[in-house]
Amino acid sequence: MGNILVFLEQAERRLRPAAFSAISLAAALHKANGGKLFFVLIGDSVADAAKEAASFGADGVFTVEAPALKNCLAETYAPIVARIAKEQGVSHVAGCATAVGKDMLPRVAAMLDAGLAPDVSAVLSAKQFRRAAYAGNALQTLEVLSDVVVVSGRQTDFPRAQPSGGSSPVTAVAPGSIDALGAEFVELQTQKRDRPDLTEARVVVSGGRGMKEAKNFAVLEQLCDVLGGALGASRAACDAGMVPNDLQVGQTGKVVAPDLYIAVAISGAIQHLAGMKGSKVIVAINKDPEAPIFQVADYGFVGTWEKALPELLAELKKQKSA
Amino acid sequence: MKILVTAKRIPDPTQKLKLKDNAIDLGAANWQLNQFDEYAVEAALRLTEDGANQAARLGQVTVATLGPADVATQLRSALAMGADKAIRVDAKDEALDANVVAQTLLKIVQRDQPDLVLLGKLAADNEGNDVGQRLAALLGWPQATFACSIQVTDGGKALVVGREVDAGVELKKVRLPAVVTVDLRIVSPQAVKNGRTAATFSYPEGPRYATLKGIRAAKDKPLEQTTLAQLGVSAAMKTKVLKADMPPARQAGKKVASIPELVEKLHKEAKVI
Repeated sequence: MGNILVFLEQAERRLRPAAFSAISLAAALHKANGGKLFFVLIGDSVADAAKEAASFGADGVFTVEAPALKNCLAETYAPIVARIAKEQGVSHVAGCATAVGKDMLPRVAAMLDAGLAPDVSAVLSAKQFRRAAYAGNALQTLEVLSDVVVVSGRQTDFPRAQPSGGSSPVTAVAPGSIDALGAEFVELQTQKRDRPDLTEARVVVSGGRGMKEAKNFAVLEQLCDVLGGALGASRAACDAGMVPNDLQVGQTGKVVAPDLYIAVAISGAIQHLAGMKGSKVIVAINKDPEAPIFQVADYGFVGTWEKALPELLAELKKQKSA
Repeated sequence: MKILVTAKRIPDPTQKLKLKDNAIDLGAANWQLNQFDEYAVEAALRLTEDGANQAARLGQVTVATLGPADVATQLRSALAMGADKAIRVDAKDEALDANVVAQTLLKIVQRDQPDLVLLGKLAADNEGNDVGQRLAALLGWPQATFACSIQVTDGGKALVVGREVDAGVELKKVRLPAVVTVDLRIVSPQAVKNGRTAATFSYPEGPRYATLKGIRAAKDKPLEQTTLAQLGVSAAMKTKVLKADMPPARQAGKKVASIPELVEKLHKEAKVI
């Protein structure tokens, strides 16, 4: 029984939503393994986020700060996580399976000569985990055989942790020598959105190839506004340039599990289903009655979006004001 | 540029899965090249040719895999696409995990000294998404994962890689040698810029098909057969799949006849609005 070190993502002085899922994973690991629980935050200015992280009952929060650590590079972050893991006699290193986690945690695992349980949905014991594979068509029980275990958790399977009060001691740890090995962050091309995060939203409205062109997504955005939901898309819609790629739901793209998922003009390729099958209630609107999406939809409506969506909008508004 | 590309075989993802003795039954699997690796092969070819004159090779692409004798089929298909040579490391599928694969690739890299290792970001069967990152750590090389674009820069000494991350696309520069794992959009028409192909050149969308000529040529291209022992790999597995099962199937629900009925059902029955 060793200690547990959990990497928490932060941005702009706050914990990122994924960090709260990582804390839930941490709690599950702690229950299975015991030992002390530590969090680690890395960046150029993480004190405020660390303060936030200190209210979840961990035995300690480590902060590692340097201007050169402003942007997450696996080359600079992984050695820091691996070093602290060794210093703290850690048996488990964990984090959320976001783009950052998927990039960095396998590198940490290799540095610790450890096995990685990637993108797990549940902790069965200190060494055994459940995870989806084959585009969500199979579930595996995976055992890690090495002494040290590295785990990344699927964000949608570990609900946001709630603060337990108290205040964990926050300790600054020196970054040591930072060597990016010739890697360099250039820029992030991103679009600010006012809507909730796709992976966190209670409602997701997604459009597919059948939306035909970018401007037609406006009506899906109106649906999002009425429902307080996030906008998603199929790979085909992203590839066709109708919406940015980071809205893609699927095996490549984001895995979502909202209370309500509305798939509009999406046929339902395996690729796409892998990213949304965990939704509580699925609604499909498609003009093709044979579309595979209807096989997983709780409620299906056969019809064109051109006709269905304005009516749906009006009905929802009516419903809301009732 | 000398590039090493991985080429894992996986069961056809559109085939219905069957279970046998608490494991996925691969007895009747239609094996095919992992799509992400196929795209890595395409990216490697685009990096080592002049798009307008593909017959003149400007670099060397080696594809490597681990597995039993019949994985040579997938290697031949990569050779037919245009790769120059192939390596098969003999191994039983069940004796492989990300650590063993990464440790094996490490030995190949140390022996053959490529400038770049290109891998699919994940294999669509196991979806581990970890071999490239592990390999980069073992080599002490920089890594650029989930690549949707690659541009050769600094006179061939570095790459600027567009990475698909949660908030959009991150541009990351990596000095060569480096490890790059590719996402699906790496095969869009202008995703790869090698500095020699005209910047205006556009590829067709997607990976190339092997031509008849390519398939014939593949039969004569070198395919090295080696073993873990010959490469000096002594790594042990760090993970093991104890069992596999199927998630509960989602039942197809009902079709509603009208939008007002849909809204009413969502409100009163499903209680989600």
